[in-house]
Amino acid sequence: MWSLAGLGWRRGRALATPATRAARRGLLGPRPTLACPTATGCRDPGRRYSSAGRKEKIDMSRFPVENIRNFSIIAHVDHGKSTLADRLLELTGTIDKTKNNKQVLDKLQVERERGITVKAQTASLFYNWEGKQYLLNLIDTPGHVDFSYEVSRSLSACQGVLLVVDANEGIQAQTVANFFLAFEAQLSVIPVINKIDLKNADPERVEKQIEKVFDISSDECIKISAKLGTNVESVLQAVIKRIPSPKAHQKNPLRALVFDSTFDQYRGVIANVALFDGAVSKGDKIVSAHTQKTYEVNEVGVLNPNEQPTHKLYAGQVGYLIAGMKDVSEAQIGDTLYLHKQPVEPMPGFKSAKPMVFAGMYPVDQSEYNNLKSAVEKLTLNDSSVTVHRDNSLALGAGWRLGFLGLLHMEVFNQRLEQEYNASVILTTPTVPYKAVLSSTKLIKEYREKEIIIINPAQFPDKSKVVEYLEPVVLGTIITPDEYIGKIMMLCQARRAVQKNMMFIDQNRVMLKYLFPLNEIVVDFYDSLKSLSSGYASFDYEDAGYQTAELVKMDILLNGNIVEELVTVVHKDKAHTVGKAICERLKDSLPRQLFEIAIQAAVGSKIIARETVKAYRKNVLAKCYGGDITRKMKLLKRQAEGKKKLRKVGNVEVPKDAFIKVLRTQSDK
Amino acid sequence: MAFLGARARCSAAAAAKVAQRRRLAEDARGPPSPPGSQRAVLYVHWPYCEKRCSYCNFNKYIPRGVDEAAVRRCLVTEAQTLLRLSGVRRVESVFFGGGTPSLASPHTVAAVLEAVAQATHLPADSEVTLEANPTSAPGSRLAAFKAAGVNRLSVGLQSLDDTELQLLGRTHSASDALQTLAEARRLFPGRVSVDLMLGLPAQQVGPWLGQLRELLRHCDDHVSLYQLSLERGTALFTQVQQGTLPAPDPELAAEMYQEGRAVLREAGFRQYEVSNFARNGALSTHNWTYWQCGQYLGVGPGAHGRFVPQGAGSHTREARIQTLEPDNWMKEVMLFGHGTRKRVPLGELELLEEVLAMGLRTDVGITHQHWQQFEPPLTLWDVFGTSREVKMLLEQGLLLLDHRGLRCSWEGLAVLDSLLLDLLSQLQDTWWQRTPSPGPGG
Repeated sequence: MWSLAGLGWRRGRALATPATRAARRGLLGPRPTLACPTATGCRDPGRRYSSAGRKEKIDMSRFPVENIRNFSIIAHVDHGKSTLADRLLELTGTIDKTKNNKQVLDKLQVERERGITVKAQTASLFYNWEGKQYLLNLIDTPGHVDFSYEVSRSLSACQGVLLVVDANEGIQAQTVANFFLAFEAQLSVIPVINKIDLKNADPERVEKQIEKVFDISSDECIKISAKLGTNVESVLQAVIKRIPSPKAHQKNPLRALVFDSTFDQYRGVIANVALFDGAVSKGDKIVSAHTQKTYEVNEVGVLNPNEQPTHKLYAGQVGYLIAGMKDVSEAQIGDTLYLHKQPVEPMPGFKSAKPMVFAGMYPVDQSEYNNLKSAVEKLTLNDSSVTVHRDNSLALGAGWRLGFLGLLHMEVFNQRLEQEYNASVILTTPTVPYKAVLSSTKLIKEYREKEIIIINPAQFPDKSKVVEYLEPVVLGTIITPDEYIGKIMMLCQARRAVQKNMMFIDQNRVMLKYLFPLNEIVVDFYDSLKSLSSGYASFDYEDAGYQTAELVKMDILLNGNIVEELVTVVHKDKAHTVGKAICERLKDSLPRQLFEIAIQAAVGSKIIARETVKAYRKNVLAKCYGGDITRKMKLLKRQAEGKKKLRKVGNVEVPKDAFIKVLRTQSDK
Repeated sequence: MAFLGARARCSAAAAAKVAQRRRLAEDARGPPSPPGSQRAVLYVHWPYCEKRCSYCNFNKYIPRGVDEAAVRRCLVTEAQTLLRLSGVRRVESVFFGGGTPSLASPHTVAAVLEAVAQATHLPADSEVTLEANPTSAPGSRLAAFKAAGVNRLSVGLQSLDDTELQLLGRTHSASDALQTLAEARRLFPGRVSVDLMLGLPAQQVGPWLGQLRELLRHCDDHVSLYQLSLERGTALFTQVQQGTLPAPDPELAAEMYQEGRAVLREAGFRQYEVSNFARNGALSTHNWTYWQCGQYLGVGPGAHGRFVPQGAGSHTREARIQTLEPDNWMKEVMLFGHGTRKRVPLGELELLEEVLAMGLRTDVGITHQHWQQFEPPLTLWDVFGTSREVKMLLEQGLLLLDHRGLRCSWEGLAVLDSLLLDLLSQLQDTWWQRTPSPGPGG
């Protein structure tokens, strides 16, 4: 039966490229062929078969709370989370055991390429053990702390996690970040050491790391090879034995946590829910605690991993629910659903997604604006955490200012636009949301707030009107072989980072903790770290609030006229470096004109960097006789046409390319 | 009446005389229509070279057993066909270019000139120029070309530095060149031109100026200074791309150009075009015709022409290109009488754009009379008088617009291609703004 849906997975196999690391490093990774025209298109095939009623509806009342386990798998990139998930699905007969099952839960092309999970997927596994039928809900989590809020919501639907660690690579930065999320949620952690079949595997060493960093006895580690299926059965048994069943009460009124939501163009929002109390079935009237809107439930079911309708869902169970929600923002992650007229205490910890990285996005060609607009709209249907504001740049035309949860989130969004919608975009250098604590009563009145968030440098209030400026900071974790410590510490120092902790996790691996200003890592930190450690250091970070910062607004001037597009907010200590880099880049991309152009970076009235583009002294074709005229005229007319499109700053003509070169995300190396 | 001054000044130059004569003749004929007058100049392309020069991307071939008699017959046939097609009655100059036309036999040159003279009026004093390569033009041969009807020589000297000549892939040495130059002057006194290149890789300003001064001791009344442009597909381009040669420095080239112009001016030369300098009125009337947008016929493989095929009843000027490859061109000429591969009618605006871009290359620029011949309903003042961009160029002293017409200043001429962007846009805007008028000149 599942072989039908398996068609989709086979396609997935063809897409699983081995170049995940290269792709993860940046936007410039290899660009694979477009596999599916729309995101929802990718998800459709299985869905159509599963909900067509080919299977008899499962009676979920057969699974009392004590026979239910809700768990997640957490791991660093490429440590084998998805492969383990595939094996668990096969073992429990959820999917056919074929060679084609590769990363069944990672449905998006970008997920398979980067070896990460962007959208969490969930599967209900039915497993017979010692005469009992168990319902094991595998709740997949996004594999990166950019999505830490989503991870924490996924985890809050669980009672335990499988912490997968590569037997060769050992504990990496993301392993640590994920462990602490699980630890803080007070979940049972089952360490799983994967890839023991590899030649360089050293599971004993990894056991010791786990003991040292997480304080978990090495006896508790399960050593497996997910690829070969070695010892995977014992993982399932450990889930039953070591993870408690959910504390849920069927007698109480419905209390369901929304831990993910997706959008289907035919059926609207599909909310993934974990029921803590009560039950829900088709026809029930439910209310969102966040929006207070009421809906009628059209369909409930379990995911294995495609939607499988059921009559009902009961307390302790995990499944999906469709209730005529038109927009994913109506089913926000972390929201609580309850029965109409039977309000309950909402689940704690709900918060709306908070963008931490902003970037301008413009079509390369303005005639592509409408296509890009519809692509952005479609993508945000499935990802309510991206904030979208229309923006208009004199140089780049109409576009948007987009807010992302983090860097990876931004890259993934851009890559999906390119891959799934074939859209070519200019993405400007990312910025972070600064804050200003106002002192000017006039401004406070204007903003109706004492503390304002500055997303657009144009809004940056003058120093005389503020008590202080604040910048977002993150707590970064770096795990590296010790030989790179010196270089890494220098890199961190150059990024204004403050060391918080340093610890050897085994004889030659070190875990460093630094407090970073977020804007110092948004551009090329990860690439620099990787290149100076030959790819061995791993990095992850978590939100750590705001700190006071000496920020200044820097103007870029061309012959004394401010270029509005290039106004930037920088830390005082970085103004010179950043200003110099921008001036140099402009110098390289500004064509010569009939007069000299002074390019200056200025803070207030103080010039901090300057470059000069000399005037054209000679610009005329040397030979122009009978045979040269056609070619010359064609060239001149094309140039004259191009010149009309140039933006003028004072008397200086600036081609769009020059703006793109300065504004586009790029490394400074 | 205001134009009298201009005319008087121009009359100092031989070229201007020709232009004036043409103007008078046209006045007599009624409404002037230079796009389709009964006069033209003729360009003849000889496509063969001894060796490929490292900088040249022209349409040229290293011959393997060329049947010169066949090529000659084809050049003659094509000249006859195109002259008939154009309805031209008078050919004012002939230019043998290439390739290396001095490799052709004087007999071929004579045959073409004879055919022209038979088909139309070719006045005895018409300028007949031949491009000559120093090594292929010993004195005796030059004399034979003179006997064939050539009365002006353009010597491709390029450099007086043997290392540079080698870099350029030339087959001659500096002393070869000077010798050829001396013989040419003896045979064609006052009618010899030399080419000198500037802006070569690694070339420095001082030594180059030394070459120019040295050249001034030997040269006749016409000098062309050409900045090297690296063309795709040439050996030089590849070497620079691969880094085996330094890229030419545009700053140094600009300096050489400016200094060179000044040196030539001091030596009594008039810079009558961007790259061309003459004294004693020795301007090339043939090339002047290109910059004045007169009619020209192109004969030979890959030759370009611009004329109204009046003989075929047309009233529209066409840009024409002959078939590039010599063997194919010959086949076509033998089959159809000509090897015209491409014909593009030039619209009125396009022609005006050419009038503007070509005319401003000259020191005279575009006089009001000249403009009026092409576009009576719209004066230069109408087009450029109110433009903000043009006003800026005038204020910067790069451009002049006055009772004489529109022209570049000394400084402006060196950056003409930048000026033209604004001027062409302005012309286009005015053209599209004005209501379409079916005036007599339209």
